[in-house]
Amino acid sequence: MTRYDAIVMGGGLVGSAIAYGLAREGLRTVLLDEGDTAYRASRGNFGLVWVQSKGDGAPHYQRWTRRSADEWPALAAELLASTDISVGHERPGGVHLCLDETEFEERRARMARMQAEAGNFGFDYRMLDRRELADMLPGLGPSVIGASWTPYDGHTNSLNLLHALHKGFVEKGGRYIPNTTVGNAEVAPGDFRIPTADGEIGAAKIVLAAGLGNASLAGLFGLNAPVRPQRGQILVTERAQRVLPMPMTTIRQTIEGGIMLGDSQEDVGFNTSQKPEVMKTIARRAVLSFPWLRELQIVRAWAALRVMRPTACRSTTSRSASREPSPPTATAASRSPARMPTSSLR
Amino acid sequence: MFRLRPEGDPATIAVVVEGRTTLVPAGASAAAAVLLAGFRSIRETPVQGSERAPYCMMGVCFDCLAEIDGVPNRQSCMIEARPGMQIRRQIRARKVDPAA
Repeated sequence: MTRYDAIVMGGGLVGSAIAYGLAREGLRTVLLDEGDTAYRASRGNFGLVWVQSKGDGAPHYQRWTRRSADEWPALAAELLASTDISVGHERPGGVHLCLDETEFEERRARMARMQAEAGNFGFDYRMLDRRELADMLPGLGPSVIGASWTPYDGHTNSLNLLHALHKGFVEKGGRYIPNTTVGNAEVAPGDFRIPTADGEIGAAKIVLAAGLGNASLAGLFGLNAPVRPQRGQILVTERAQRVLPMPMTTIRQTIEGGIMLGDSQEDVGFNTSQKPEVMKTIARRAVLSFPWLRELQIVRAWAALRVMRPTACRSTTSRSASREPSPPTATAASRSPARMPTSSLR
Repeated sequence: MFRLRPEGDPATIAVVVEGRTTLVPAGASAAAAVLLAGFRSIRETPVQGSERAPYCMMGVCFDCLAEIDGVPNRQSCMIEARPGMQIRRQIRARKVDPAA
């Protein structure tokens, strides 16, 4: 058996960020990952580093998200220096567009509620009317009546981020074991043992960061993590000169120029197929927001599964209430010593 | 660099690649016209500005992007050459006009 200080299960953004942080702090760390057929939220990510709607009704989650976003510039710089990979992080602030009065009033109430819940931590935001917004965003469609804005929001290239974290982890001495599905484990106080194709591995600490896989993994360790999938579909346009100065909840222009259009929230189980009706709705809403998008060609589209907490209300159709992902990790034995921004990507 | 196969169809369709009139066989793609016209590249990439020429010729690699009849970023390998077609370099990212 090979012993480590920590075993991280799950090589997506959360797991690789934790593993990178543990290795950086000098712990002997092994990262277990599945293969290309895994439901990989990290590969379908929209790439927002989003703050303004996170933690409605959960002030701790609001604080956690903001602190995470605050640490992002340092993380991006560190990854560039140590791996030579640019994760394309920008934090110009962000807006959530509202296409009718009802949306605007709901948003206003939500932002006021979050500011009240923030207490002394503070929550800087503004509700912008159409005229102010049109000065910020070129070619704003007549259907947009206003938006909420905060300075905290940003975006990144999540595929480059995943690449950089994996590269950085291995360079810091971490061991990466792909194509591994964990079906059983031996659990004793301070002694976790996992059989892998490369032989048994053991550690005093284990981190479950397997996304939707946590639902079945947690039981092996006496934990309960009934996370559920929620499908999101995304469209991407051809690359164009950069015109959008900041990301929006469902529209953002990447550093390379492509414009990503999201996103749907669908309860369809473990189904990653795409649906033309949903794609049409996404495109229609995007064109209402920015009519000039009509001229651009869609070059890629995909669906991926978010990791959601089980208690989110599905039937009330409150878009906002159902869209907050759960905190994505469960840790046994100890809290992770690594302080890494892991929570706010989606 | 590229020539027509002698046993193939004759080149009868006249297209214009960057101002250079080129004859291609019926059914040829716009990307084939670019290669036959002797250009070493047809686009400059959006971020780095490096040159690219048609490569996969089957709609996958997006390296054959060109402006065709005024429409930017067309996959020229997926578009059939038509008489009088204007094929131009795609220089970096396409322009958009939010005010339009």
